Amino acid sequence: MAKMNLLQAINSALDLAMAKSDKVYSFGEDTGAFGGVFRATSGLTEKYGRHRNFNTPLVEQGILGFANGLASQGSYAVAEIQFGDYIFPAFDQIVNESAKFRYRSGNEFNVGGLTIRTPYGGGIAGGHYHSQSPEAYFAHTPGLKIVMPRNPYMAKGLLLSAIFDPNPVLFMEPKRLYRASTGEVPEGEYTLELGKADVVREGKDLTIVAWGAQVEMAEKAADMAAEQGIDCEIIDLVSLLPWDYDTVAASVKKTGRLVVTQEAPLTNGFASEVAATIQDKCFLYLESPIARVCGLDTPYPLSHEKEYFVDHLKVYEAIKASMTY
Amino acid sequence: MAQDKQHQLDIVTEPQFIDGSALQIPMLQILKEDGSVQKGASVPAIDKELALKMHDTMQFIRILDERMIAAQRQGRISFYLSSLGEEAASIGSAAALDDGDMIMGQYREQGALAFRGFTVEQFMNQLFSNERDLGKGRQMPVHYGCAALNFMTIASPLATQIPQATGYAYGQKMDQTGNCTLCYFGEGAASEGDFHAALNMAAVYKVPVIFFCRNNGYAISTPSQGEQYAGDGIAPRGVAYGMKTIRVDGNDIFAVYQATQLARKLAVEENEPVLIEGMSYRMAGHSTSDDPTGYRTREEEAAWRAKDPLARFESYLMAQKWLTKEAAEENYAEKKAAVLAALKDAEKVPVPHIDELIKDVYDTPTKQLQEQLEELKAHIRKYPEAYPKTASRMDGGEK
Repeated sequence: MAKMNLLQAINSALDLAMAKSDKVYSFGEDTGAFGGVFRATSGLTEKYGRHRNFNTPLVEQGILGFANGLASQGSYAVAEIQFGDYIFPAFDQIVNESAKFRYRSGNEFNVGGLTIRTPYGGGIAGGHYHSQSPEAYFAHTPGLKIVMPRNPYMAKGLLLSAIFDPNPVLFMEPKRLYRASTGEVPEGEYTLELGKADVVREGKDLTIVAWGAQVEMAEKAADMAAEQGIDCEIIDLVSLLPWDYDTVAASVKKTGRLVVTQEAPLTNGFASEVAATIQDKCFLYLESPIARVCGLDTPYPLSHEKEYFVDHLKVYEAIKASMTY
Repeated sequence: MAQDKQHQLDIVTEPQFIDGSALQIPMLQILKEDGSVQKGASVPAIDKELALKMHDTMQFIRILDERMIAAQRQGRISFYLSSLGEEAASIGSAAALDDGDMIMGQYREQGALAFRGFTVEQFMNQLFSNERDLGKGRQMPVHYGCAALNFMTIASPLATQIPQATGYAYGQKMDQTGNCTLCYFGEGAASEGDFHAALNMAAVYKVPVIFFCRNNGYAISTPSQGEQYAGDGIAPRGVAYGMKTIRVDGNDIFAVYQATQLARKLAVEENEPVLIEGMSYRMAGHSTSDDPTGYRTREEEAAWRAKDPLARFESYLMAQKWLTKEAAEENYAEKKAAVLAALKDAEKVPVPHIDELIKDVYDTPTKQLQEQLEELKAHIRKYPEAYPKTASRMDGGEK
């Protein structure tokens, strides 16, 4: 085991994947010898050469078009989009191409070797265009897998799974935690199952569902609630597509209460999907309405980031409201 | 002349604008409209067998197109796209490739697929979305694809295949396969951002890809010159991106063949991407949903009919004594009979079983998808008369 931050864990996963198969390619804007603006790909060009880890021209739709073609050829294409906020020029290539490649061809062709890495989320004074959490747009697209790790250990194991998974995976990295989150991580290869939620903390009174960086807020809020004698169970969804509603439903059948929290705006977010599914599966078990604790329906603000941010206090208040309903 | 060493540029002291029409790219033509050889041109080394295969394929596609437009008019299929007038562009280029080269098409290159060996039955199964379709009945007619023939499945969104061709060719280069990728698209698709991304990346990475633009004069109703672009067509864009570029008469199968053959050599032997612009004319409507009388004249169409690629090639073949009028007619009748027979067979084949609905979304269906399918089947069992194509084949009712 070694102590790593989230970026080092991602770098380690890329390194191991590229060592394991010479069909793994890593590319994106500034990701070549420079190692990417966040340094996630540093050292890879030196180790594997500039044909395996390289810069792309500044064109997101081209990065994903190229990546789809490379993956359809049988390679493992690991494409970085520098910020999730800039993924939209590639939306067509992801939603109409990556996601439908296998289906539309009747399995004659596929882009299973594709992994799209992109940092997402706020709390870094990034304003509209360096803070968004665009997962819900993609979670509405059959054919994609979507994974959002919460810490270095999860990031490394999940990224290794994502790269070699036989389906295209959108891997969204919580950039607020890139250096802030550290932990013990095995130096060698290991994988974590995609599509499986992780019960981070067991509890009997109320279930909190979160993913990515928001799990940290759930944990802090649960700590505060514990001081009031409220015993929260925390579930990290890990994967949004496909998502593990069985684990969530089993928890809610036990606790009778659910708080779902996400960084993204409230309306039409993934929290709404969780709420709808769980009321359907657990209707007679619910002791209070399912609460969604989310961002406001505004573009991501700058000077009001602290107010906008879905912090632990907002989650804590939702817990109390649910308990006293 | 003084030089700026950092940018390796000549320095001038008076403002000089380069005219937007400064680069005028000529067009390679080997066969004249009457099928005779242009003075000074050399006919590519094509033997009789290959020449007749190219001719056969052109004839077959013309019959298929004609017959399937009629089938659409009769309500037997929902949609069709004809390649009338553009057969030389797709067949001449496909003929210059190796069977191991990947072809990524737009949607009007059925000629290339037929040349590769896609059978009339395979065409019909796709057009009727039946259970024998390699695409499992999931896409509208003409969205063919076949892994065994290295022909990437067609997708409706325009130009998305162009950067994919760059990526595919990158993989071919890294794997040292000795093969290249040929990517077809129209002059309208060349306005999409994906086109520009693709050419730039291919030039930067030096990958073995041939971009083949079929400039057929129209994007549905929008004429190319003056409304799709203001410059000298698509070819100068290749030069701007720093790649080898050539413009050919797209209705001259020899010009298309020769240019593609040389492009393939550049791509495979020197990792030089190439742009070919084939000048042609879409004699048909955009699709069966389109009526060209609303945007172009009969005189314009007649002028292009005189440049017909099949008639031109036939004149050459007959002058060579490789083909007789009688043989061409006999071949036409045989092919037509085969098309009609395959059509009748394919329309009797049922649509895929309902269980196919959830397959291939992922490599294996998720739990969610399995649950949704079971719910759907329970619903179909309740109202079988509303879903006759699938209800009759469920629960042991399978043929």
